[in-house]
Parts: sequence; C-alpha cells; structure tokens
Amino acid sequence: MPKTIVLDKKSVNFLKKITELSGEIITLCDQCGTCSGGCPVIEDMDITPSQLMRMVLIGDQTVLQSKTMWLCATCNTCTVRCPRGLDVSKVAEALRQTTLRQSIDKVKIDEIPKEELAELPQIALVAAFRKLTS
Amino acid sequence: MKIPYYPGCTLKSTAKHFENSAIASAKALDIEFIELPKWNCCGVVTPLAEDDIMHHVAPVRNMIRVLEMNKAGTVSNEKRLLTLCSMCFNTLKRSSLRVKEKIDDLDILNDFMYKEEDYDGSVEIVHFLEILKENGFDKINKKVKKSLKDLKVAPYYGCMLLRPKDIGLDDPERPTIFEELLSALNAPPVDWRAKNKCCGSFLTLENKETVAKLGHDILTNAQKSGADMIITSCPLCAFNLDNRQKIIKKIHPEFETIPVLYFTQLMAIAFGLDKELIGLDKNFINPIPLLESKGLL
Repeated sequence: MPKTIVLDKKSVNFLKKITELSGEIITLCDQCGTCSGGCPVIEDMDITPSQLMRMVLIGDQTVLQSKTMWLCATCNTCTVRCPRGLDVSKVAEALRQTTLRQSIDKVKIDEIPKEELAELPQIALVAAFRKLTS
Repeated sequence: MKIPYYPGCTLKSTAKHFENSAIASAKALDIEFIELPKWNCCGVVTPLAEDDIMHHVAPVRNMIRVLEMNKAGTVSNEKRLLTLCSMCFNTLKRSSLRVKEKIDDLDILNDFMYKEEDYDGSVEIVHFLEILKENGFDKINKKVKKSLKDLKVAPYYGCMLLRPKDIGLDDPERPTIFEELLSALNAPPVDWRAKNKCCGSFLTLENKETVAKLGHDILTNAQKSGADMIITSCPLCAFNLDNRQKIIKKIHPEFETIPVLYFTQLMAIAFGLDKELIGLDKNFINPIPLLESKGLL
C-alpha cells in the first residue's frame, strides 16, 4: 500500500522558506545518497546530507537541531556529483542562516583561546566568523 | 606582461612567502603583478543564501579597482584580475559571475556603492596557474636551473580551485594542471587519491579534531603514494595540512611529518631564486632537510 505524507501548513512554509533562501528546488532530490557517499565529514555528522535534504523536503524543522549543517565546509564535492544538479551546500547555508538570523551565534568569539587566535591565519577566522556568527 | 593582482589578507601575513615566491617566479617569466590600489578583503567565503547581496559588495569593489587601473593606464586593456589564494579566487569569481548573470543584483550593488564608478561586469577572475598555462609550461621548463627529478611531489588541489564546475579551473574529479606544472619543473608528479579531498577549511576553528582526521587521511595517502612533499595554492589548506600536523602527531604518534609547500616556493627553488624570496623558514614542518638531501639547497 502506498503511503501518503500530508504536510501541515507549518511544514510547507518551512520547505518554502529553505527553498527560497537556498535557491534550490529541494523537491527534486531523489534520495540517491550520492552526496552522503562522497561527503568528507560524514563520520562526524549526526544525520547524513541526504537525510538533511529529506527532512527539509518534509518540512521537519528538527533538522535545525542537527550538527550536520554546521559541519558542512562548503567543499562542494556533493555539488559536482549530484545527478539532479542540486547544491546541498546552499541548503546547509539556508539552514545555518535560519538560525544565525535570530542572532544566535554558533561560535563565541571571546571564548576562542588566545594561543589559537595567535596561530590561526586570518583566512580561517574570517571564514569561520562568516559561516558561524550572525 | 602586466596584470592586475589581488593579494588578499593572508598573503600579507602568514602566507607572505607564498606572495614573495609567486612574484619572484612570475618575474622570471616576464609576468609582472600590479597590486590593486586600495584593495579590501574578499570575505573569504562566498555568500550562498539567495537574498544575501550585501556580501557581494566586497568582491565587486575590488573589481571596480581593476576598471580604475585600466582607466589610469596602470595596465593596458587588461581586465583580468590575478589571484594566488584559492579561496580568494573562488569567492571573487563566484561574485563576478553572479553579477554578470543577475543584472538586478548588479544594479543594487552599484546603487549601494554610489561613490564608486559603476561596475559593468567586465572583469574576469583568473588564478596564477591559468596564467602560467596560458604563458606556456615550456617557458617554465626553460627557466629551470635546479632539476627536481629526485623529488616526488603530491599536488594538492583541495576544493576551491576545482569546485563548483562553473568556477573551477580544471576538471573537478580529474584535474591535471598541477601535474603539468610539475612536469615542466622536471618533478615527477605523484598520482594519489586525496588530491581533491577537502581539508576541513574553516572547521579548523571549532572542529580541530575533524580537521586533524581529514588531514591525517590526506597526508598518509600522499605518503603511501610515494610523496616526499605536498604542494598547495591555498593558505587555509596550508594551515590545516601543515600546522595541524602537530595535532595529528598527538592523535597518531606513529605519524611521520611531511613538508607542505606553496607551489610557487617549488617554482622558485627550481628557478634557483634567492632564499629570502622562497621563505622556507615560514613553513611549519621544516622542508630544508628534505630539500638538502635532494641537493636542492
């Protein structure tokens, strides 16, 4: 028997919002798993990139609690391999932005150890602050 | 030839040896970098959210500087902007294409930067590797004074030179441009699996262990493939693969360190340029014993 998933209004709105923010037509995702297969940081993620896509697709907002979007380094390995031409890194960015735009920072700048600050190149700091702070 | 040059912030500090060796190697090939006047940080990462136009301001402002240089006659009809850092290359190129494709975005940006000359979308972002290829790898070969034939070099592309497809300067899965350069330097390129695997990028701030894990995989793959050293064109990859070997060694005591150099340092060595310009004392894992053992210093 085929199963029907009925999305409530909240879920539909969440999918719409992430679609708009990412510019990706998330409903094109076939769940083939190519993105997860090639993701270099998958071992440290709690949900795979394809699970992340699926959760957005069904409007499941608990996806925002996952570590995965914060671990996406935008390496674009999945982007060049997706058979549907989707860019998962843009979906991850849309999810990060959804949190960051509520002035919730993922990294606390004043808690970075001084010895780390002295060692890290600007390129690492600017990139991390752009990706992880509001 | 004279070409407008965008250094970016890290090339003026922790990667100064990248800039010095690149400028000197280019000079040996009659390529002169003309640094942009009043350049600003590109933002390192490209804004990926569709509505985020604001973060294209910084990259586009640098492109306006190129137009000004042409107008002032500092360069003659040269609207290409040369980059060395892979992150700057990627970020600037993505913005340059975005405003070309979305004219409405360009209008908003020009309105916002009303004190600047309007940007017309005509600047093309190029990487030094592309200019070297266009100039001819045979010319590089003619400048080689010290043969690197005994040095096995693993070329590390990382992400930003190759991906996404419309930005990358080579095939994203099977690139060859570094191998072509190494062959021109008479250095046998090592073929290895991890050449385009991500080093973890900015995760190095919050997820050091993840970066160390990625680094360990990349570095040991190079070693198992027979490499004596790794070359890169990205100061962030260089930090993650070179400096983070300290953490890798802690987690894996049996790990043996391997030098990581900028490709331009290797060019400068092969061209027999001044030690000061090569800056081997700036690399974290000391490459001098290896290079001495191969008779290159």
